[in-house]
Amino acid sequence: MRALKTLIPLLLFVVIAVFLYRGLSKDPRLIPSPLIDKPAPTFSLPRLDNGEPWSPQAMAGKVWLLNVWGSWCAACVVEHPLISELARDGRLPVVGLAWKDRPQASRAWLERHGNPYEVVISDLPGSVAIDFGVYGAPESFLIDKRGQIRYKQVGPFDQAAIDDTLLPLVQRLRAE
Amino acid sequence: MAGPMKVDVDLPPLSVEQKARLKQLEEELRCLVCQNQNLADSNAELASDLRNIVHRMVAEGRGDQAIKDYLVERYGDFVLYDPPVQSNTWLLWGGPFAMLALGAGIWATIQRRQRLGNRPDGPPVDDAARARARALLDEPDTGGGSGRPR
Repeated sequence: MRALKTLIPLLLFVVIAVFLYRGLSKDPRLIPSPLIDKPAPTFSLPRLDNGEPWSPQAMAGKVWLLNVWGSWCAACVVEHPLISELARDGRLPVVGLAWKDRPQASRAWLERHGNPYEVVISDLPGSVAIDFGVYGAPESFLIDKRGQIRYKQVGPFDQAAIDDTLLPLVQRLRAE
Repeated sequence: MAGPMKVDVDLPPLSVEQKARLKQLEEELRCLVCQNQNLADSNAELASDLRNIVHRMVAEGRGDQAIKDYLVERYGDFVLYDPPVQSNTWLLWGGPFAMLALGAGIWATIQRRQRLGNRPDGPPVDDAARARARALLDEPDTGGGSGRPR
């Protein structure tokens, strides 16, 4: 009984330490998406190049990435070379969603930084982004052959996230 | 570098009750960009878009629960300042009560110990024992080396 009593402060310390330690490694800005493993929202948005309506049915049967960006977004510039590399050698088709961005500003940005996207759609009012639960740019959604969201990247991709998480998952989803 | 584009939107007018409901909802919903502000306080672009959506839904006469469900479907429980009781929040809801129970338990134990501690140990004292004690105390100090000098 006495031994147990002296252990109480130690136990308390361990419990608090575990909680605090977990708090250290968690990013408070990462909000888990409830959309993972659910069908991606359907929508129709104008293409940036010709204004024709585009809907994600065009990508049915493919594994593809929806990359939410804007010409006003600083981190998107940082991420862009990685997205370009992903898309360039056809490893993964990437659809760009210009979020709350004037079409002429989006076009100028793509001209300056290169346009690796299979297609770019323009979500000026931001309503489709809200359907996807977007709360910042960039954000990316990996969508499988059946149109389900399987992975969400909040914030810019880095090389490690692409090599260790995204590409292995793409391989697996292609095999499904 | 400019921020995301502001889009002017026409919002339907609200009645007085609807306005009150909108205000109430905005205070219960959390801004996702600036996490420690509610929707009413926040001026981030996304917050204003979400506020407009809530405004429209209130104007359409959608219920509070329907509006919250709409946002939770997209952003998760995180948008609610008042998280629902479910398997992953039982610690959050139950934790304070568990701590309270633990504290009450410790307090009760200490109280009980103190009551026990104040009671003299040993066999009960009867009148004969008391008389013997009095006799010992009254007895003049006769023996031993110690004691007061005479």
